[in-house]
Amino acid sequence: MRLRKKTRERLFIASFLAGPLLVYLVFVIWPYIETFGYSLTEWSGVAPPSKVVGLKNYVDLFHDPIFLKALTHNMIILIVFPTVTIALSMFFAFMLNVGGRRGGLGGVKGIRGSAFFRIVFFFPQVLSVAIIVILFQSAYESNSVGLFNAIVIKLGLTDANHPWEFLNSPTFVLWCIMFILVWQWVGFYLVLFSAAMQQIPRDYYEAALLDGAGRTQTYFKVTMPLLWDSVQTAWVYLAVAAMDAFALVATLTPGSSFGGGPDEHGEVLSTYLMRNFQVLGKAGYACAMGVVIFFITLILSLVVLRATRRERLEY
Amino acid sequence: MAADMTQSTPGATNPAGTPGSAKGKRTDPERSRRFGESGATLNVFGTGFMAIWAIMILGPVLWVVLGAFKNAGELNGSAWSWPHHWSFDAFSRAWHTGISTYLRDTVIVLVFSVSLTMLLGAMAAYVLARFEFRGNRFIYYLFVSGVMLPVYLALVPLFFQVSKLHMLNTYQGLILVYVAFSMPFTVFFLHSFFRTLPSAVYEAALIDGASHTRAFFQVMLPMAKPGLISVGIFNILGQWNQYLLPVVLMQSQHGEQPHYMLSQGLVSLMVAQGYSGDYPALFAGMTIAMLPVMAVYLSFQRQVQAGLTAGTLK
Repeated sequence: MRLRKKTRERLFIASFLAGPLLVYLVFVIWPYIETFGYSLTEWSGVAPPSKVVGLKNYVDLFHDPIFLKALTHNMIILIVFPTVTIALSMFFAFMLNVGGRRGGLGGVKGIRGSAFFRIVFFFPQVLSVAIIVILFQSAYESNSVGLFNAIVIKLGLTDANHPWEFLNSPTFVLWCIMFILVWQWVGFYLVLFSAAMQQIPRDYYEAALLDGAGRTQTYFKVTMPLLWDSVQTAWVYLAVAAMDAFALVATLTPGSSFGGGPDEHGEVLSTYLMRNFQVLGKAGYACAMGVVIFFITLILSLVVLRATRRERLEY
Repeated sequence: MAADMTQSTPGATNPAGTPGSAKGKRTDPERSRRFGESGATLNVFGTGFMAIWAIMILGPVLWVVLGAFKNAGELNGSAWSWPHHWSFDAFSRAWHTGISTYLRDTVIVLVFSVSLTMLLGAMAAYVLARFEFRGNRFIYYLFVSGVMLPVYLALVPLFFQVSKLHMLNTYQGLILVYVAFSMPFTVFFLHSFFRTLPSAVYEAALIDGASHTRAFFQVMLPMAKPGLISVGIFNILGQWNQYLLPVVLMQSQHGEQPHYMLSQGLVSLMVAQGYSGDYPALFAGMTIAMLPVMAVYLSFQRQVQAGLTAGTLK
């Protein structure tokens, strides 16, 4: 028997959507929804949650000194890391695409070796976070065997008996982590901004050149304003990455489970969440923390998109 | 959320974007010389800085790869020491202390998870992109909203969800979770790709009596190959490098052998080497883990960069 055309189409749609939707609902959507529910309970994470405590977990969170410390650290990362990453990758992208030496009308091109730099700068992106952890674990080592200490000793900034305590230093631990984040992401945004720059019509640069603009001026007056869309996209994605940083902090900073040391100076929300969940047996509390992270990320994205909204030029 | 990242006001002009191009249409040697000169300082400074950055990226990588060839004494001596005899001992030690197992387990998981991701993602994206039906937009946004959600939010319940299904520390559990978490980006990317494909060939196939399913697999999928390759590379690298999900889901439950993924295994090796002090083996293990991605990256450099950044550009 032949089915009607419309029915056949419906069946086809349903059969194609059933699988993906089922997997997605079971493993992504449902857990996300459950997090909100669990965050209202007192729950050790072993038996099903027994007691509903309302907003108690949230109230506790904002009286928890470690949570507040972790939150502050995330905020510092949130400001420093995207700013530095965007500035560096913009500058590099400019150099690679329009920073070339030759003047004249054909002068809009990248510097020599652009292809090489592009390949190298992007490279950290394809490395597993585990590899990055091992790299920097040995590079940051706080004795003369570590690569960075070997360098500062060579430079005469300190001597072999007083090596710098990179990750063990309460002052520097967060900066060490942020350095790795920047190291990891600059290449990604370099490629992103390059693609956006290549879409800027050449006439604009030529016109600027004819009007007597220098390279610095061209950069600030032509390139930057035209890249605004990409910058705002980049900021949102970087904000999400800044709220994460789990693997780096959990494995590189001192501390018995999921790092966070020395003395909570390296603690971030994600590691504190994991510790509450897997070590301290406070799964409900950890869920509340997850919800807070979610809202912070959401608000930040909305703020960025609003605050940076500008008129867009179509070309 | 990610779909609406850019607000546009068509027709409006950016004042800074349109410098008065009408004024100087002739070539002015004086001006282009000045442009070249201001570039010179910037060039020296810029190139120098970029060279330093390149060294900062390659330096630690090469240093650690070199470390795999040193012996423990050389490693604990000076950071600047050069390996005396080039032996692959450390590599074979690393291989036998677990890397081979991690590698095998990771490959098993990835073979299934990546193909399943691509299949299910393409199916969903295709139906959502090319058919009109009620709830289409809702389902699309349901998928796409996952792009921006932090994994932490779902972590705790996800663990119990997988536990309820008795899939902790199993290949199938991790495969399904990988597939599920790769869905948002895959659907988002392929959705926009399927939209751009012409429908003429597809309609011709239908007129020739092909079913919707056949038309999808034999006509549309081959046409979408460039998109599939980009998003495929994205998923392979993403799942290969995944760390957090296996850490939570692939732990030993009842004393049985845990199936560690490569990233997770490397970190546990790092912790273990911290005690036994066999750093050359750790560095060798790291080098082994790095080689496949490096090979993929260097041979498909353009596609990798395009695939990884494509989602952000849209």
